[in-house]
Amino acid sequence: MPQGKGIKFITYLALTACSVVFALPFAWVMVTSLKPVEQTMTMPPTWIPKTYYIESAGKKLEVKKGIVTHEAGAILTVKEGPREGERLFVPNSQLKDGKALLQVQIADKVVQGYYPVDIEKEVQPGWIQVIEKLPAQYEKTEPYWTFVPPEKIIEKVKFWLRNYLDVFVKIPFLNYAKNTLIVCILGVIGTTFTSALVAYGFARIRWKGRDFIFMLTLSSMMIPFAVLMVPLYGVFKAFGWIGTLQPLWFPYVFGTAFNIFLLKQFFMTIPRDLTDAARVDGCNEFEIFWRIILPLSKPALTVVALFHFLYAWNDFMGPLIFLTNKDTYTLSLGLQVFQSQHGGTEWHLLMAASAMVILPILVMFFFAQKTFIQGVALTGLKE
Amino acid sequence: MTKEEKREFIKGILFTSPWLIGFSIFVIYPVVASFCYSFCYYSVIQPPRFIGLLNYKDLLTDPIFWKSLWNTFYFVIFMIPLGFVASLSLAMLLNTKVRGMAFYRMIFFVPSLVPMVAGSILWMWIFNGEYGLLNNFLIKMGIPNPPNWLMDVNFAKPAIIIMSLWGLGQTIVIYLAGLQDVPVALIEAADLDGANWFDKLWNITIPMISPVIYFNVIMAIIGGFQIFSQAYIMTGGGPQRSTTFYALYLYQTAFEDLRMGYASAMAWILFVVILILTMLVQRISKESVYYHGG
Repeated sequence: MPQGKGIKFITYLALTACSVVFALPFAWVMVTSLKPVEQTMTMPPTWIPKTYYIESAGKKLEVKKGIVTHEAGAILTVKEGPREGERLFVPNSQLKDGKALLQVQIADKVVQGYYPVDIEKEVQPGWIQVIEKLPAQYEKTEPYWTFVPPEKIIEKVKFWLRNYLDVFVKIPFLNYAKNTLIVCILGVIGTTFTSALVAYGFARIRWKGRDFIFMLTLSSMMIPFAVLMVPLYGVFKAFGWIGTLQPLWFPYVFGTAFNIFLLKQFFMTIPRDLTDAARVDGCNEFEIFWRIILPLSKPALTVVALFHFLYAWNDFMGPLIFLTNKDTYTLSLGLQVFQSQHGGTEWHLLMAASAMVILPILVMFFFAQKTFIQGVALTGLKE
Repeated sequence: MTKEEKREFIKGILFTSPWLIGFSIFVIYPVVASFCYSFCYYSVIQPPRFIGLLNYKDLLTDPIFWKSLWNTFYFVIFMIPLGFVASLSLAMLLNTKVRGMAFYRMIFFVPSLVPMVAGSILWMWIFNGEYGLLNNFLIKMGIPNPPNWLMDVNFAKPAIIIMSLWGLGQTIVIYLAGLQDVPVALIEAADLDGANWFDKLWNITIPMISPVIYFNVIMAIIGGFQIFSQAYIMTGGGPQRSTTFYALYLYQTAFEDLRMGYASAMAWILFVVILILTMLVQRISKESVYYHGG
């Protein structure tokens, strides 16, 4: 290019800016999945998961931050009255002569009154409440809390890897993963082999009616799933398969239009001389398919297998319609159910679970990058 | 048929028989059945009962049907041009020769591989009105009252469009493959004639990749009209039905209200709409798509 460096610089700038926008959501998943829950809802959002400690009786105590006071006050214990024994923070404006203005419930009414208290600690404006972090098994116990000046809080970067373990406790993640793998693997094996067989029938054998049936196959890709789903539900119900995994892999064992199309295009590029020679040697049609065509088609078969794996791993609508039994949920459906039950409360776990659903796909992509891109290009352009 | 033809016919049928069986059970039968159901009252619990055109007649006066149709058109109408401009410009960026291109390409492609559920959960968090990344950024940019995206009737659909733009990776790759097929000689010739960047884009690149544009537009129409998961997961169709897209309403009718006949009628209308639009694009493309070498 004649303009040279300027253009190149702008290109880099644009590429980098756009990549940041595209990659940011991923970074956000990872960051959130490594945070303790209370840090997932801070404004402004923070990018580095941190843990806070205070020194208490010579020991480091792990805490989370609570409210910040804007006026001076005191931590105290109520000495008598209906709220006797409660430990509270009360601002100075509600304190008078060792008594605190409290709301109490008498009979059905809430009334205010002054009650004697024991002052434990004076609190200055700007101090931050810190609350002890208890391990999950002590969740019911009241955690220790106090107010400390901000400089007393020790801050450390800590990645909350425990979220990933907690996911396994909170949802049957392993079971979902197993179900998803069953659907993926059976579907991949079935559809790859059958689609190849059928594609061979369309690509290498000349028979009456072939072109018509192939056209029918192609046009079936235009039919929206919405048209098929109601009767399919009826079919699987008649088979007794609603609530089982079969509806999610069995239909693909008969081949899929898209994969048949893809493989047919590929098979047509294999020179006829190769197969003719084998035929002269006495190979039958299936032997030619099995011994010559299949070994030569590894790249195309890989694309088909990858695509189906990806499809089955990501599929949401199929499981939503056909799975009614929690034991057979796949990862997408399990994740959705978990999100609708805990959305807004357990973002850290939700993100850890999402990360684990995304990760296998990313790993696969990393190793099969070329095949993926080739596949997309191949399928997109041959139409 | 001669003996030879017969033998080839049997061979052909044998090889394609798995598909022929599967196709009959999982495509032909459902299509026929769905068509029949669309004239029936069918609640799964009882066998379908013929009611003639009543489903179609009821649809005409069903406000949610019209609303969902409008929502879907809104999505497609904005998504197609936005998606076209975004994916073509990114593909052009990715078609330049700079270092580390493989890395950049990966970053744009990977979001399209993310499972819809995980992606939706992630974007719910980004769109969150109080703690979300997006609004925090907008406030920093000096926009004091950004919308509460998914909770706001006017912004829920744009939010889903933004999210969909993030998942355009496969379209970008297809454009990229198309761009790489544009003959360099043509561009060089235009350079010699003193053509500017826009001239080259408009008179060479776009005509040369018109088959790819055609393919992507058709896919965008087919996909756009079937948008479902994002809305189901992120908004459940709300607020005030502003993200009840056609496929979502269809799903709710069929599997939540168990009005399978009514849903089948909806499905057929969807099919016809997609068919008409596809044919329309095909008609337009006959005049403007340029097939080189063929």
